[in-house]
Amino acid sequence: MMALTDISDMKKGYEELTGDRVTVGLATCGISAGADKTLEKLRATELGIFLDTVGCAGMCYAEPIVTVKQGKVFSIYGHVTEDKADVLIQAIKQKKVCNELLLGHSLEEIDYYKKQKRILMANCGKVNPQSMNQYIANGGYNGLVKALKMKPEQAIEEVSISGLRGRGGAGFPTAKKWSLIAAKQGRKILVCNGDEGDPGAFMNRVVMESDPFKLIEGMTIASYAIGSKEGIIYTRAEYPLAVKTLELAMETARKHKLLGKDIMGVKGFDFDIRMKMGAGAFVCGEETALIGSIMGNRGNPMFRPPYPAEKGIDGNPTNINNVSTLSFIPVIFSMGGSEYAKIGTEKTKGTAVLCLAGKIKRAGVIEVPMGIKLREIIFDIGGGVGEGTKFKAVQAGGPAGGCISEKELDTPLEFETITALGAIMGSGGLVVLNDEACMVDVAKYFMSFTKGESCGKCTPCREGTTRLFEILDKITRGLGTKEELEKAKVLAQFIRENSLCGLGQGAPNPFISTVNKFPDEYLAHIDRRECPSHACKNLVKYFILKSCVGCGACAKQCPVNAISGKLKELHVIDQDKCIRCGACFDACAFDAIERK
Amino acid sequence: MADIKKVLERFRERGDVIPALQAIQREFGFLSEENMEALSKKIKVPLSHISGVATFYSMFKPSPIGKYHISVCRGTACHVHNSEQMLKFIEKKLNIKADEVSKDGKFSLECVNCIGACAKAPAMMINDKVHGNLDEKKIDKIINSLV
Repeated sequence: MMALTDISDMKKGYEELTGDRVTVGLATCGISAGADKTLEKLRATELGIFLDTVGCAGMCYAEPIVTVKQGKVFSIYGHVTEDKADVLIQAIKQKKVCNELLLGHSLEEIDYYKKQKRILMANCGKVNPQSMNQYIANGGYNGLVKALKMKPEQAIEEVSISGLRGRGGAGFPTAKKWSLIAAKQGRKILVCNGDEGDPGAFMNRVVMESDPFKLIEGMTIASYAIGSKEGIIYTRAEYPLAVKTLELAMETARKHKLLGKDIMGVKGFDFDIRMKMGAGAFVCGEETALIGSIMGNRGNPMFRPPYPAEKGIDGNPTNINNVSTLSFIPVIFSMGGSEYAKIGTEKTKGTAVLCLAGKIKRAGVIEVPMGIKLREIIFDIGGGVGEGTKFKAVQAGGPAGGCISEKELDTPLEFETITALGAIMGSGGLVVLNDEACMVDVAKYFMSFTKGESCGKCTPCREGTTRLFEILDKITRGLGTKEELEKAKVLAQFIRENSLCGLGQGAPNPFISTVNKFPDEYLAHIDRRECPSHACKNLVKYFILKSCVGCGACAKQCPVNAISGKLKELHVIDQDKCIRCGACFDACAFDAIERK
Repeated sequence: MADIKKVLERFRERGDVIPALQAIQREFGFLSEENMEALSKKIKVPLSHISGVATFYSMFKPSPIGKYHISVCRGTACHVHNSEQMLKFIEKKLNIKADEVSKDGKFSLECVNCIGACAKAPAMMINDKVHGNLDEKKIDKIINSLV
């Protein structure tokens, strides 16, 4: 086996990471916030310090992020848009800290990170995603070195000791999955499922863009353990930067003898990876549909058994693991399976990589120890909901998940506890809702999503999701009845129990969890034709109050000319013409329009 | 105009259907009947199968898209951050509805299910670039810069 110092210029990597350095976070969120323009400005200046690009540190709410290390002082700066770059450049030139933009002198100082435990994400936002030198200098490929000193069966045992469970949604024990395919002979294929379709989940994208070598190393260790020579990374076409980053990283890995033939000089240890892209079908995240897609077919899920480990791509045993699951592998081998198992709880070991989004102060990607309370995630890490609003629920697990209410927030984060709340851990997306959200509308939204993404193969899902959506749509328009609501509950159970795959089986979950936890909202829509959150446009009525000053701003905005009135006199809305768009409500600067 | 033979050169078998269709879409902007027939002949897969795949996946377009293709995200976080309002604003500004192309061929519009920029909701993609934290003013500025 070759030494890591022979494979890379570790010394250079170490010097780059520990010496004076300015970094700009250039993952998708950073670029969308203008980090590319910030970088241009920094590049155009004679800073006299090594300028490097890194991925995403998970602080999406504060992008663009720039870090500066000068001598002993390390500073993390946020919201460094192009227009703020000058003041930062001045500070760098004067070797001073720019207090205006400072978030902290270490991640631990920043509230967002205080309760996090970043082991999978340790490199994200710290290393240049394309630098093998930096990756190895920061501990990269130590995991593979340790794995190669074991026999494949021992490597699987190490994963078993760690207690790692799949992070794609089902939480299946990874070691068990690997042993099923390890026992097979002949051609075996390792697939990384990067088809992160759950709305609200983007952690796989962040890891692929920010630390691609970790995923590659994880797949390499997996290939050794299960005896596969070929790997496929299946990722979404909606992630062009992740695709580009991974392709470049794989090329680099090949140049360093870390992919291809005789990896690390170990004779006969051959493994290479090719990319396959999805084409916009949520269902292809389901493993049998994913296999179909790789084979050039429509993404229709298949009956199981046979499971992919038995018969997968082109009939060959295939092992499919999520991006996060595979990215944990180098961490587990590096720190040791038993050390990993010390983190988390009895049944759910390790850490969880989650996404916080929706009506939350600090949205981004976080990594927390399993067992942390949901309340800590939302309020201590996420900073709670926006000013002037109240927390209502957090939707966990995407379209197959459910809503968790305020009184359930002291639940610890584990696979089984979340399922007991009527939600699922799923891919780890948490979308926070405040009191402006209508839970019936949320259920209808998810139903519309799954109805559109249903592959159409099985009747319970294809017809069931359509009918369930229709009932929910009627309720949001004030046309629902109690009988239909009861029918919907029966239909939901039927779809759950009879659909072919996880998409259909999980589709009714948002409806079931919201109708159980927020029954009053459904009854308000049905009995009183009211939407308590004023979100269902058909049920909201707008009235101009006596405090109207007659400025006419509302009338100007009304797209259907439903508002009449003379200048400086009370205006009035014609309820028959009104289309309930709310433009007048938004336009009024005097709080003179009421919505009921 | 790219040559379809050159585009299809490296594709050989059934497993290449999706990458081949993606290559055709990248080069020509959409999937024409003729190009799908050419693919069918090249990799010896029935046109009916190729057509079935092309119509299953939402990224494949049967007719040309605009020079600037706007994908408005309708993911959960974006929905909660008023993406519907953003969509209506764009429809009004460009005078087209979702799944339509402007008369001058410059803009096309569609809704997509989650582009994974949830922390920057509401978000959209214009071709390969993500634009986040949108409001009507910002969208107006972005679109005006493309005109």
